[in-house]
Amino acid sequence: MKQIVIISGKGGTGKTVITGAFAALARDKVMADCDVDAADLHLILDPEIKESHIFKSGVTAFMHRELCEGCGVCKTVCRFDAVKKDFTIDPVSCEGCGFCSFACPQNAIEMKTNISGELFISDTRFGPLVHAKLCIAEENSGKLVSLVRQKAKEIAEEKNCKWVILDGSPGTGCPVIASITGVDCAVIVIEPTLSGLHDAKRVLDVTEHFKVPVKIIINKYDLNFDMTEKIENWFKDKNITILGKIIFDKEVVKSIVEGKTIIEYSNNQVAETLRTIWRLLEQELKVAD
Amino acid sequence: MEWVESNYGESEKLIISVASGKGGTGKTTIAVNLALSLSDVQLLDCDVEEPNCHIFIKPVFESSHTVFIPVPAVNQNKCDGCGRCEEVCLYNAIAVVNKKVIIFPELCHGCGSCTYFCPHKAIEEEKKEIGVIEIGKNGETQFVQGKLNAGMMMSPPVIRAVKKHINKKKTVIIDAPPGTSCPVITAIKDTDFVILVTEPTPFGLNDLVLAAEVVRKMRLPFGVIINRSDLGNKKTDEYCARENISVLMKIPFSKKIAGIYSRGDLIIKALPEYRKEFLELFKKIEQVKINRG
Repeated sequence: MKQIVIISGKGGTGKTVITGAFAALARDKVMADCDVDAADLHLILDPEIKESHIFKSGVTAFMHRELCEGCGVCKTVCRFDAVKKDFTIDPVSCEGCGFCSFACPQNAIEMKTNISGELFISDTRFGPLVHAKLCIAEENSGKLVSLVRQKAKEIAEEKNCKWVILDGSPGTGCPVIASITGVDCAVIVIEPTLSGLHDAKRVLDVTEHFKVPVKIIINKYDLNFDMTEKIENWFKDKNITILGKIIFDKEVVKSIVEGKTIIEYSNNQVAETLRTIWRLLEQELKVAD
Repeated sequence: MEWVESNYGESEKLIISVASGKGGTGKTTIAVNLALSLSDVQLLDCDVEEPNCHIFIKPVFESSHTVFIPVPAVNQNKCDGCGRCEEVCLYNAIAVVNKKVIIFPELCHGCGSCTYFCPHKAIEEEKKEIGVIEIGKNGETQFVQGKLNAGMMMSPPVIRAVKKHINKKKTVIIDAPPGTSCPVITAIKDTDFVILVTEPTPFGLNDLVLAAEVVRKMRLPFGVIINRSDLGNKKTDEYCARENISVLMKIPFSKKIAGIYSRGDLIIKALPEYRKEFLELFKKIEQVKINRG
């Protein structure tokens, strides 16, 4: 079983569209949406939820004002500016360290367990999908990503699947790290812009740090041919496989509006390129069809 | 309940943050073009995982400093293995095995609780480097950016370090990271107005709804900019009308703008007619502040 993750550094380069296409093209697979902050894969996979689990994570301080004598120790010890002038807690700033609660001489501060999100196991027309929803303004998205991956892997092992296909999130921080560790390949989707290349290099530093093998796709490459060439040369010099280059086509937006993958929606050049890319990825990772 | 308390005092000037649920909708484009349309302005890049403003601002950097978080270090001579540090660490970053303290620095949030509660004063704090702050300018525009080091998990401390440089005497524009969790909350906290940039696709709308919930929970005034406004459907407009959210600006898709962006150029330079639009955007935001008193 091979695990692949689609990441980009920069947002909006086409991760979810490409993940959706891979979902349509791969056989025997489990999909998982690791962008728990702003999950979108379900919008084109139309899941039917079979199981859901509450995700509890961390704690938040709560001040029992009737017990508070206003000594201010809590405000002094808190490093996250979460204790307000009237010694109530700003739950958005609270990191849940519990320092105030341990330090309060009146035992007036209770640490309450957070319901941080929900995890879903669903059926889709392409097979199982594991996805999640982080509660509004909650933290610990990295932990939720790890849980999503663990469930997806369990299902893949149980059903003897060939692939676990993970839709990643933008950035280089905690959820991205949680989504790339231990995968067989991270596919970085790059758009031909200075920002796209800059961000791809930064996320490449992270994949190298965690020793994750990488391949790239250049998306919307015809929006700037010079930049595309520059990106190709840069990655060739690093001996990183370029799986393919996809043109910009407004049909892609229409397929999203229709709730379909581009493979189902059209036989255009984008779909054709994605088929070629998928075959190449199968060969490179030595997965027999 | 009040969620947010301002740290920046009674500033006359506005602090405007630019955020989005979905990535790649045009936050940086809006932030840099708005900033450079105004005078007496400071631009902060708080997307410390992928800071891009510098590509467009082309600043001259004048200084930089490292961002550290404190992590515990145990003096084994003073430690008797009592386990109090393990008890007070809610992140499981400390384990005491056979009276010996083991620290997992990647789990540490730097709260300082273990140091404070150690009865033998055996825990000191070491500095762990997690990122860098760079300060510069382009002409009159002040610029500050944060960069998270590769492999580091926690961006909020770097974002907080950028925001420490807020200049109250200037209009401040903050480019926030995408998403709906801790990094974006840290970036938009205590700002006067949030611009949510979206695109009118099902992905854009889904993530806009989430971002709007975050901003509403934080009780911050906000409005929406619809980028590539002709690529998608009408549902984003319908949502904003239904929810009484003002649409501040619409930018249609054009290969010309995509090209300008890809080369790291400014829209207001290449297409000067846009400067007026950004000035009007700013006026609309000022009006919101006046109306709120």
